[in-house]
Amino acid sequence: MTVERPTGTPVTSAGDQTRIHNIGYRTYDGPRLGRAYARRSLYSQSLRGAYGLGRSGRSKVLPMLLFAVMCLVAAILVAVTVTTKAKGLPVHYTRYAIIMQGLISLYVASQAPQSVSRDLRFKTVPLYFSRPIETADYVRAKYASLASAIFILTAAPLLVLYVGALLAKLDFADQTKGFAEGLVSVALLSLLFAGIGLVIAAVTPRRGFGIAAVIAVLVISYGAVSTLEAIADTQSSTGAIPWIGLFSPVTLIDGVQTAFLGATSSAPGAAGPGSGQGVVYVLVVLGLIAGAYGLLLRRYKKVGL
Amino acid sequence: MYDPTVARLTYRALLGRRRALILGALPLLLIVISVVVRALTGADDQTAADVLGGFALATMVPIIGVIAGTGAIGPEIDDGSVVYLLSKPLKRPTIIVTKLIVAIAVTMVFSAVPTLVAGLILNGNGQQIAVAYTVAALVASIAYSALFLLLGTVSRHAVVFGLVYALVWEALFGSLVPGARTLSVQQWALAVAHRVAGGDLVTSDVGLTTGAVLLVLVTVLATWYAGQKLRSLTLAGEE
Repeated sequence: MTVERPTGTPVTSAGDQTRIHNIGYRTYDGPRLGRAYARRSLYSQSLRGAYGLGRSGRSKVLPMLLFAVMCLVAAILVAVTVTTKAKGLPVHYTRYAIIMQGLISLYVASQAPQSVSRDLRFKTVPLYFSRPIETADYVRAKYASLASAIFILTAAPLLVLYVGALLAKLDFADQTKGFAEGLVSVALLSLLFAGIGLVIAAVTPRRGFGIAAVIAVLVISYGAVSTLEAIADTQSSTGAIPWIGLFSPVTLIDGVQTAFLGATSSAPGAAGPGSGQGVVYVLVVLGLIAGAYGLLLRRYKKVGL
Repeated sequence: MYDPTVARLTYRALLGRRRALILGALPLLLIVISVVVRALTGADDQTAADVLGGFALATMVPIIGVIAGTGAIGPEIDDGSVVYLLSKPLKRPTIIVTKLIVAIAVTMVFSAVPTLVAGLILNGNGQQIAVAYTVAALVASIAYSALFLLLGTVSRHAVVFGLVYALVWEALFGSLVPGARTLSVQQWALAVAHRVAGGDLVTSDVGLTTGAVLLVLVTVLATWYAGQKLRSLTLAGEE
């Protein structure tokens, strides 16, 4: 609360004498929390929103369900490892996200539009920018929140796997290395998927259409790439497979982790890229992330007016 | 049971601006892939069946079905402009049937025609593969449109549920649990395609009679229930 000014008896100062009427309006003179605070609030609100927290019960169903399934499958894998006393986990840390890519795509497709489309549809974006935050703050907060949400979705099952592996008394150093590699890979995946999802979702104010467009890009590109890879494999032109893999987000991440994070490729014949091609993969991933950020900035420069 | 004005409005909503862009991009991609594959491998019946079955029928047709089926009614219910349509002296089932016909037509044009073209590019309709998959795409278009139109009237999150059905149920469960394949539009359509092709390249897990009966049953029931839902539609605010 601010210091109470006596109403009715206006304080006379130099400025007040130039006024015709003083009807006792007071300006806000409390603390101003500023840009960083607004950005942080927007980030945490969007992150909570991505799991339906602070929204209606219905909108909690899908994200929570997907999160539960992601962790449940990991828990089942751990249970199998413990009961069969296996020497290692049945699924490698870096492989988990590739296997569950359908669920991750669905999560991105359902949450990216809810994060940005409604602001566009109800034309609330200019209201954000009437506050201290600027275009870059909005874009950064939204991007970071969706990337964090996907990271939580993909890293939590890895944590389940890691804890389970330690409980099953698997080799500590080996598991920790695998876990760390898995975390780096899902961090890259989160940034890439969040970027692609947000760019597409930010173009359309219609939520349903945004969902369909995001899923079409993620799933169709993977479907097309894996079809082509399978055909290249049967034609025994294995050299072409790594180059084909550059054209879908999932195979991009798969290629990066095959080249640098000790994963085995999920491409047919395990024909992943070597170190040389791996550099191209990393460059493409980083280029896509930077490009997505740039496109979002450009988009919000326009709609923010 | 068919109203030209409603049909015209639905066409414009479906093919307006960006929606037409994404609807057109998918078939284009299929044809580009077919050209690439043909250039890489030459005419090969097995490859043609793989591309048409794995990409066209399993991925492209359901996604176009979701976009056209839910897009025919979903956005209108979502932004509330459906009240202007419902307040006209038209029977609600008439509105549904009209929208269904439009959705079917759009799905067919954007999925079955490219499938035929892709099949002709891939192996010049050798062993009737192109025609068989085109028939499957045509049949699947009808069932998918009816199913997703129903979803559009039932839920505000129709697109998500439609995609969950198309991707999780048909692709994931279908490949893991054999029983799930009996309840899949894709397999029913393949049963019809199997009859057309005759060979072993196009196979299905369900018999022709089962497939055909289930296809008709799902289409009719979904359309009827969508009409009932529209009769008792309540309009609610966002979320």
